[in-house]
Amino acid sequence: MTLPLILFFACAAIAVIGALLVIFLREPIHSALALILVMVSLAVLYLLLGAEFIAAVQIIVYAGAIMVLFIIVIMLLNAGEEERTNLSKMARYAGLPLGIFLTLDLVYWLSHAALAAPAATGAVSTESADPTRDLAFLLFRSYLFPFEITSIVILIALLGALVLAKKDS
Amino acid sequence: MNAVPTSYFLILSAILFGLGVIAFVFKRNIITILMAIELMLNAVNLAFVAFDRANGGPHNGWVFVFFVIVVAAAEAAVGLAVAITVIRNRQSLNVEDVNLLKF
Repeated sequence: MTLPLILFFACAAIAVIGALLVIFLREPIHSALALILVMVSLAVLYLLLGAEFIAAVQIIVYAGAIMVLFIIVIMLLNAGEEERTNLSKMARYAGLPLGIFLTLDLVYWLSHAALAAPAATGAVSTESADPTRDLAFLLFRSYLFPFEITSIVILIALLGALVLAKKDS
Repeated sequence: MNAVPTSYFLILSAILFGLGVIAFVFKRNIITILMAIELMLNAVNLAFVAFDRANGGPHNGWVFVFFVIVVAAAEAAVGLAVAITVIRNRQSLNVEDVNLLKF
């Protein structure tokens, strides 16, 4: 067991436990905190994959901005414990088996895809000294137009959220 | 460098996505359902970064992760605004009370 492998299994275990807690905890605020746990452990996994910029963005935008938005809304709405209702028959008899089947299916096919990938691409890895610099060139040259579109998407989302959440006068 | 096989990351991604789907189906609270969507988007991001490393070359996968995060932020903002509106009209966080269009 090398150190990266130990780190991977530790973070993977924390992420899966966090995801299970999101499902099983009944208070929305506890689910939100468990989801932050998942995101932080995913950020460590991104570091393990050599994606420092993505790891920083994961912490700042996901754990920092999006989850704070969720927690503010939970506090604003004073969301208490989730009601225990009888699940519809559809969710109980079709939802759980299909969800588990989907998971197993994805695990099966993704593990096989990964087995095929190294043989196909071989050792053509052109790892540069500064991957974040490469990402900057990609974002501001090759993907400049989509990058500018995202700013419009964010602006429209901002205006839409304001209009929707505004009190009717 | 490639100490951890890519397939491990992909299997973790698949498990997290499946847990997100199960949370999406089983949770009754609007806000928790939105959180389940975020969980699924996170799982997809992990798969993108893992495939990006397996592929080598330019980091196109990271650019996709960047755009997914932007869309997730926009979706969270609009979704939570919709949730606030629903709760203001129904006085309930339970999705089963939102059944106006239900057949």
